Amino acid sequence: MKALEIKQLEKCYNNGFVALKGIDLDVKQGDFFALLGANGAGKSTTIGIVASLVNKTSGSVRVFGHDLDKDPEAVKRCIGLVPQEFNFNQFENVFDIVESQAGYYGIPRKKAAERAEICLKQLEIWDKRNEPSRELSGGMKRRLMIARALVHEPKLLILDEPTAGVDIEIRRSMWAFFKKINAAGTTIILTTHYLEEAESLCRHIAIINKGEVIENTDMKGLLAKSSEEIFVLSIEHTVETIPVILGCSIHVIDETTWQVSVQKEAGIHALFNELTTLGIKVTGIRNESNRLEQLFLKLLAQKGRNYD
Amino acid sequence: MISKEHLVALQTITYKETRRFLRIWVQTLLPSIITTTLYFLIFGTLIGSRIGQMKGYDYMDFIVPGLILMAVISNAYSNVVSSFYGSKFQHNIEEMIVAPMPGWVILTGYISGGVLRGLIVGVLVTIVSLFFTDLNIAHPVMMIVVFLLTGVLFSCAGFINAVYAKSFDDISIVPTFVLTPLIYLGGVFYSIDMLPVFWQNVSLLNPVLYMIDVFRYSILGESDIPLRYGFLVIGFFILSLLVISLRLLNKGVGIRD
Repeated sequence: MKALEIKQLEKCYNNGFVALKGIDLDVKQGDFFALLGANGAGKSTTIGIVASLVNKTSGSVRVFGHDLDKDPEAVKRCIGLVPQEFNFNQFENVFDIVESQAGYYGIPRKKAAERAEICLKQLEIWDKRNEPSRELSGGMKRRLMIARALVHEPKLLILDEPTAGVDIEIRRSMWAFFKKINAAGTTIILTTHYLEEAESLCRHIAIINKGEVIENTDMKGLLAKSSEEIFVLSIEHTVETIPVILGCSIHVIDETTWQVSVQKEAGIHALFNELTTLGIKVTGIRNESNRLEQLFLKLLAQKGRNYD
Repeated sequence: MISKEHLVALQTITYKETRRFLRIWVQTLLPSIITTTLYFLIFGTLIGSRIGQMKGYDYMDFIVPGLILMAVISNAYSNVVSSFYGSKFQHNIEEMIVAPMPGWVILTGYISGGVLRGLIVGVLVTIVSLFFTDLNIAHPVMMIVVFLLTGVLFSCAGFINAVYAKSFDDISIVPTFVLTPLIYLGGVFYSIDMLPVFWQNVSLLNPVLYMIDVFRYSILGESDIPLRYGFLVIGFFILSLLVISLRLLNKGVGIRD
């Protein structure tokens, strides 16, 4: 069964801005799906329509077989939403926020309290349960929104930039948590600007640009399209003449730092063989950007030219 | 169809709304008690003793029903307008929109909060009035009914105000420029019989007049307007505002793009 089925979804805002131009999108049950795009591409509008926060102009949305127009309550029961912006009452305490959310889904008070406790403990903010939400740190606020989204045990979890502004340690622990609940059967749709996050977590990916889906494939297939990788090399001594190596292009950052673009077919081995032959010793290497990021920028640039 | 889940959701909103106004009771419950006490003291005791009788009652006895109802009106209204606008402002209204609740559950939840606050303040102000006059309530059941109907009507009005409000300034415009004049010109401090015929007829367009009149009847046992007209007008306004509120909520006006 498909967790999400979007057909010819269009959204035109009152000011005339067309945010979605008839997109089609399918997400399989149990998938970890990345929805990527630049700011204003249409990601949040898509998520907003699925979560009933935005009215669609036309098209259809089905969640686990339930039609959003015919049975919105059934659709809502399937979805847990973690929005981009903090949207809880800043004056309420943490426990009340999560418990009330369970109540909105029709979960009786006693059971709601039990579920709230489980979720807050899972997200490691149980010890903050009696504090007003405004006094939480940024990372804790993000985790509170995740706990709130999970309290009714949704089958589809939508994460709209869930790790924005949190430190690396918390981000990694959140990734581990998302992987765990996905492995337990929850379908997850993720939008993020950290492409490393999408590459690390997701199995399928769609890229939206200017209201259109320009790529919709599995992550492996997309990464296989990558034709080059960029490395930053630290070399031991200054070199008078920059070598010319087949399949590589070298850009000098400073006397002992080079940015090297390596064609996939040439391979990094050939680069090191050539440098060794020339007597150039490499003391350090790092991957300048991840593969998905390069592909993403390339795809947007191509489409941008087409549109322009 | 009303399901068990809907009732739980309604209970949750009502509980949350009640918890909100009780948490900030100094801002929500206390001001009306202080203001009304001052009215009793100044208009009832000090000035009232010089006015003499109004429609055969001591002036204090005459103004007590209107002042109690004034507190109910302003509290029911301000509870819903500030809570719903606050939820819009902080975007936590989205918590309810994404949940499987029909519009009527959300609306009824907010109205329940407004009615409860109005009722609590109404009872407190009634207790305070006992320090100034012997209150012999002629029709106690009708008094409670009018409490509730007034609470529902002005909770709806507060809701509509909050839907259209775009800033905190907008939620004080209606109470200042519409609600207060309607209350003051609704016969709290005088009987409409005292007005020239033209202004008596103009006053009949004011829905607050009917509420105060029916409420005064429930306490004193006497009214300016026949009761059936009073309840008809109240019923008409409640029904109209409920329909408008529900339509606005279902269309997502002010809360959904």
